[in-house]
Amino acid sequence: MSLLEALPIGLLGALLGLDVVSFPQAMISRPIVAATLAGAFIGNPPAGLLIGVVLEMIALDTLPFGASRYPEWGSAGVVGGSLYAAQAPGMPGALPASLLAALLTASISGWSMVVLRRLIASHLERIRDRLEDGSRDALLSLHLSGMSLDLLRGGLVTVTAMLIFAPLVKAIVAVWGSESAASHAVVVVIAAVVAGSALWKIFHSVRRVLWFFLAGALIWAVLQVAR
Amino acid sequence: MTAPAAPDFDLPLRIKAAMYFRLLALQGSWNYETLLGTGVGFVMEPALRLLPGGLDGQAYRAALARESRYFNAHPYLAGVAVGALTRAELGGVDPVRIERFRTALAGPLGSVGDRLVWASWLPFCSLVAIGVYGAGGSALAVVGTFLLLYNAGHLLLRAWGLRIGLARGLNVASSLGNPVLRQGPLYIGSGAALMGGLALPLALQRITGPGRTVIGGIIASAVIGIFLLVRLRERAEGWRIALGVLAVFVLYSVLT
Repeated sequence: MSLLEALPIGLLGALLGLDVVSFPQAMISRPIVAATLAGAFIGNPPAGLLIGVVLEMIALDTLPFGASRYPEWGSAGVVGGSLYAAQAPGMPGALPASLLAALLTASISGWSMVVLRRLIASHLERIRDRLEDGSRDALLSLHLSGMSLDLLRGGLVTVTAMLIFAPLVKAIVAVWGSESAASHAVVVVIAAVVAGSALWKIFHSVRRVLWFFLAGALIWAVLQVAR
Repeated sequence: MTAPAAPDFDLPLRIKAAMYFRLLALQGSWNYETLLGTGVGFVMEPALRLLPGGLDGQAYRAALARESRYFNAHPYLAGVAVGALTRAELGGVDPVRIERFRTALAGPLGSVGDRLVWASWLPFCSLVAIGVYGAGGSALAVVGTFLLLYNAGHLLLRAWGLRIGLARGLNVASSLGNPVLRQGPLYIGSGAALMGGLALPLALQRITGPGRTVIGGIIASAVIGIFLLVRLRERAEGWRIALGVLAVFVLYSVLT
């Protein structure tokens, strides 16, 4: 993938990366949305949706609580969706390799958010006297530069990840040795395990939560019998 | 969630609209020093221009400086504080009292919002969208369901917060006892668990494709894995373990 090809995807990653914290936090950065949009961008929305659902299950494990450090799923969703949607259909290694690239991007992008927050803090330190004096210009410059840097951060992470992972995923898919059903099954089990334990972590204090979960599973089982 | 009428205090519509729009960008300068503080100043700024002397007045500068200091809250509920503080500043409340109010309100607004939004509403909406996918929904149906459902709650909560803050001023704390904020997470949690039991196997089935034996094996493996991961919970994060296992699997598949 050339830089020119990566730039439009980078723009999408920038916009969705901005949504994670800065603006407007409408959760267009959730992987189920971001990966689907990226898939549509490449011309294959169903593929983007599929990897988006898998990433969403894994993302349930990391909720964006305040100052805690968490992976950034906006850029990661775009990278995963773009990579998977660009592979030829039926390639057994496409989903695991694209998913791995997306998870690595999420981790790196989460780290980039920490760097950005430190940068904003150091900017704040430089203009602290003016802020204490009630300077409107100082406040607006701090706020708008923070948002601009966040936009840039998401774009840079996405472009860099695409330039690294696009050829890598292509090479992995070409030499993939495991069979198709097993490859899909491993990914699905990983996503299900993370999602299931995340749900327990989040909701275990809710009264009769296990019964509600089992009731949902029972509805699913009834649907299977009825089919 | 309704706010009582406040005949003695109102802001021009354009200022309320500007504050609401800026609330969406509240965390634009989030940092480890002041957390949301500078964002609160940014959101309140259009209203503070109404202080005596306007943009060049001493009152405006003092209020802007005060409101841009350290503050923390859940971003969707920060409107409660922003509205209340705006009313206090424009009403000429003693700065010492304003400072005490900021300190007192930060904790509850954070914990209530985290429980209601991050630990209830967001996972619930995710599971509904995953369920729509499992039921055979198209990309548009899945994404549309998620965004419409999630943002109905998100945008209403922000609007309610700003409205109730402006209406009640420094007496806003009692609004945090609203049944939706107190009981909401329990009901949403129950709904999410029900959706989880239905949506996850449906989605796994669609990803895996037809074959009852395959899906049976996957669900059995997943149940064992969930049990093990729950036991490891204090020592490991699930997504990191997923990353490690997947990396090993990719390496194995490339080398064999």
